[in-house]
Amino acid sequence: MLSPPPPSWRRATGLLPLLAALACTAASAQQPPGAERQRELIRMVRQDCGSCHGLQLTGGLGPALTREALADKPLESMASTIYGGRPGTPMAPWKAMLSEADALWIAQQLMAGFPEPHKDAR
Amino acid sequence: MKRRDCLALLGASSLLLAGCASTGPAPSLVGTGDLGVVVARSTGTLAIVNTSQRKLLAEVKGLGDLSHASVVFSRDGRHAFVFGRDGALTKVDLLMQRIAGRVMQAGNSIGGAISADGRLVVAQNYTPGGIKAFNAETLELVADVPAEYEPGKLSRVVGLVDLPGQRFAYSLFDANAIWITDLSDPARPVTTKLPNIGRQPYDALVTPNGRHYIAGLFGEDGLAMVDLWEEKPQVRRILAGYGRGQEPLPVYKMPHLRGWAVAGRRAYLPAIGRHEVLVVDTDTWQEVGRIPVAGQPVFVMARPDGRQVWVNFSVPDYHRVQVIDTTTQKIVRTLEPGKAVLHMEFTPRGESVWISSRDDHRVSVIDTQSFATQATMTVDSPSGIFFTSRAARVGF
Repeated sequence: MLSPPPPSWRRATGLLPLLAALACTAASAQQPPGAERQRELIRMVRQDCGSCHGLQLTGGLGPALTREALADKPLESMASTIYGGRPGTPMAPWKAMLSEADALWIAQQLMAGFPEPHKDAR
Repeated sequence: MKRRDCLALLGASSLLLAGCASTGPAPSLVGTGDLGVVVARSTGTLAIVNTSQRKLLAEVKGLGDLSHASVVFSRDGRHAFVFGRDGALTKVDLLMQRIAGRVMQAGNSIGGAISADGRLVVAQNYTPGGIKAFNAETLELVADVPAEYEPGKLSRVVGLVDLPGQRFAYSLFDANAIWITDLSDPARPVTTKLPNIGRQPYDALVTPNGRHYIAGLFGEDGLAMVDLWEEKPQVRRILAGYGRGQEPLPVYKMPHLRGWAVAGRRAYLPAIGRHEVLVVDTDTWQEVGRIPVAGQPVFVMARPDGRQVWVNFSVPDYHRVQVIDTTTQKIVRTLEPGKAVLHMEFTPRGESVWISSRDDHRVSVIDTQSFATQATMTVDSPSGIFFTSRAARVGF
């Protein structure tokens, strides 16, 4: 990439949503995560996302991510927020830890009502 | 009657001694100075621990959603007040090993504080945004201060600390403000409002002497500091522009400032979006150094004597803990106590530190001199660890 990075992603508002949207479009072409990865993702969402959104996803510093709270949110924008973050807010981009397909799968699960953690995973 | 119940009762009331003594060994009264709790956040359970014996004593269930739960203690160290994410405030009796009181006080809560005289327990809430004060004895609501920064708009409250004089300082994430509420007369709270402190304060601390309140800012580089000893407290910016125009790294978890890390005349603070601990001189409030560390710091905690500062990290670097020697400002040890280290707590004089590893369901007790592991115990997804010695410390 030739252009310099924005001085701060927390303040940058122009580029990231576009990149995230592109990434999301690409994601639909990818394979969804397998069963083992799904278990990891469920735990990650409950525990790590739960730091801000609550273990029950009822919200905290971050907004609630319950099915009801997300009823009017477009799936694609959810997936791109997970993958690319939301500039100007504490929502970080998770692309270092998630593939685009992972982000899309998480968004789908959230909108359908997120699964309870697997028993073995506690 | 189980022996455990018997011992607990003995601690609580001599009237019960006779009844218990007939069924078990000679009675032993217990103090509270080496007690503590570990939050098992997935199961809504509080484990009661003894830091001399290095073991779990009991589990108290039924505390609700304990993600991001925090705890303060009564002055006698007997009761833990637990602030749950779901807005519950639960009072747990560490001797009787059971819930002594519980109120649903908000829709979404983040923590709390207790007044120096132990009479008021104050919760800081996201929904509805504001603080609420409760009678520590009865959990009866005695004051409600909504964080209404514009008509009809309530801010999420972070960084609540107790101050001398029945006062409480806190920060308004959505309003870029610090408020100081005087609850000397809970029926008539008096709030001093400091606006324009900087964007998105995410947490705060008060220094050990109760003089300086420092709020970390998520929305910009720097921290907001208030000298509470001034007649008219004002906000000044410290460590402004510590990022120096470099692109910040993603912040997967907000650092915590509560529980000051002040060692000698230096304070150690987590940088936001940088893998660094910032060192500031508490006389001049100038940066005097920065220490590269293994990830985004979450907790930066001084051992009670100030000789060491221990640092843990956010995902994905949260399998590590690093130790800074405050005489050299160098990292002297990198430990890997387990997966997903969420919290650390020093024993009252700091000879040991207890560390929770969420994904290994383990609490490790580590010698802070030799770094040897002295004990481990199994707790389901442990997060916060809190010892009763906090009862005697300002801002804990």
